Amino acid sequence: MQYMISFYEPESTFIDRADPVKSPDYWGAWTAYIGAMYQSGIVVSGAGLQAPHTATTVRIRDGERLVQDGPVIATKEQLGGYFVVDVPHLEDAIAWAARSPASTIGSVEVRPVLPPMNTN
Amino acid sequence: MSGSPSSAAARAAERAARLSYGKLLAWLAREWRDMSAAEDALADAFRKALETWPASGIPEKPDAWLRVAARHRLADSARSAKVRGDAGSTLAILAEQEATEAAIPDRRLALMFVCAHPAVPEKTQTPLMLQTVLGLDAARIASAFLIQPAAMGQRLSRAKAEIRDRGLRFEEPGPDEIAARGERVREAIYAAYGAGWDGIAGTDTRRKGLMEEAIWLARVLLEVSPTDPEVRGLLALMLHCEARNAARRTPDGAYVPLADQDTTLWNRDLVFEAERELMTAARAGRPGRFQIEAAIQSAAVYARLSGRNAGAAVLQLYDHLLAFAPTIGNHLGRIAVLADVAGAETALDALSDLPQERVRDHQPFHALRGDLLARLDRRDEAAVELRHAAGLSEDPGVRAFLLARAGG
Repeated sequence: MQYMISFYEPESTFIDRADPVKSPDYWGAWTAYIGAMYQSGIVVSGAGLQAPHTATTVRIRDGERLVQDGPVIATKEQLGGYFVVDVPHLEDAIAWAARSPASTIGSVEVRPVLPPMNTN
Repeated sequence: MSGSPSSAAARAAERAARLSYGKLLAWLAREWRDMSAAEDALADAFRKALETWPASGIPEKPDAWLRVAARHRLADSARSAKVRGDAGSTLAILAEQEATEAAIPDRRLALMFVCAHPAVPEKTQTPLMLQTVLGLDAARIASAFLIQPAAMGQRLSRAKAEIRDRGLRFEEPGPDEIAARGERVREAIYAAYGAGWDGIAGTDTRRKGLMEEAIWLARVLLEVSPTDPEVRGLLALMLHCEARNAARRTPDGAYVPLADQDTTLWNRDLVFEAERELMTAARAGRPGRFQIEAAIQSAAVYARLSGRNAGAAVLQLYDHLLAFAPTIGNHLGRIAVLADVAGAETALDALSDLPQERVRDHQPFHALRGDLLARLDRRDEAAVELRHAAGLSEDPGVRAFLLARAGG
């Protein structure tokens, strides 16, 4: 089964990423975690994302285009990255979610991926 | 002080009520042969108790009060007749409680053995025991076992329906059941405790919160089966691990391996209690998995306190243990000791003999391998392994400890 694991991190984390004192610990933890995931052979795809302020949100309402700076919703925790993993059970995906550095400072969401759509 | 007098009373009421939970559920489930109905009735009785006790005071026999309240509720729902007013039924409970003098027979053991029945899937046995004997809710149990709460709720109700439909009897287990299911009951309790294994740097897994509950379950089990040396062994093992709990972390949460722990932070009372239980168990002359594991903990404590190396003796204990329980964790424990006795090279060879597909995502395996490579001064390989172990760690303290050892 494929699951998407989404990592939500507090705003301060995105600042820590570039902080000369805090960034080595931040990236060290993520590098170790992502490395262990690849070693396990479960990764289908995934990526880290740049800070939420770099996001652009697009809507069309009544035929009118609305393009805005920033993420879809401004909340205390923002999407920082995601992985799609292929594991036997939901429990395995939850175990990987718990291991992520985001689980202790933010929130991690695990969701089953829909089967591939017929695009013929 | 944030607690008002009434909230203090509410907390006291809750504690008194919770201590009675397993006893009462065991008794009601036996009377009514339906765990779910008994749980609903008990929940109702608890609600009533928490409403009235803070004001009226905790009754002299909280058990009797709750039992009568729950029985009323069960009788009510069985009749599904006219609903009595709450005030009326509370008065009736008070009246009936005064007439109830006989102590409630303790059926908690029967309840534990029903939870460990082969009709209940193995992975559901521990959660079911935590819910029925200790009254923990499904959401908390699901969190402890890293399982979707909805799925845990379904598992628990399925198990209870199965117990009801098969008409399993809530009787005191006879010698046959104890022989057949005693081990499952002990293992279910230990699973609740989580692996209390800290032989190697960075391999400590914590299941905070359930530890106390598991120790309590073992005490309940011992209360009703005082002649079983393995139950004492199980209790001794958990007490030994618990005794070192405060020394496992610095105040700011950093991980401290056993070899570096401040032994003055160990809880001496718990160590002594563990040793007493282990000694009593040993007198029965029937060794088993938990007694041996407790003996290994005891040897580790002795080695730290005396400064003497107990490696050779502990290695023998591990060989003995593997005959009972050849788990990956026990193999790793043995290999860690082997490194002290026969050298890191020999230990590394032993590690590569383990089934690699089972250790691939196993944090303690990589932590130990990294440690052994570091001892052999194979620094680059050690760093790779320690980072791998860090990536598999759930605990930020352990992760930071391993990354620091890996060299950032």
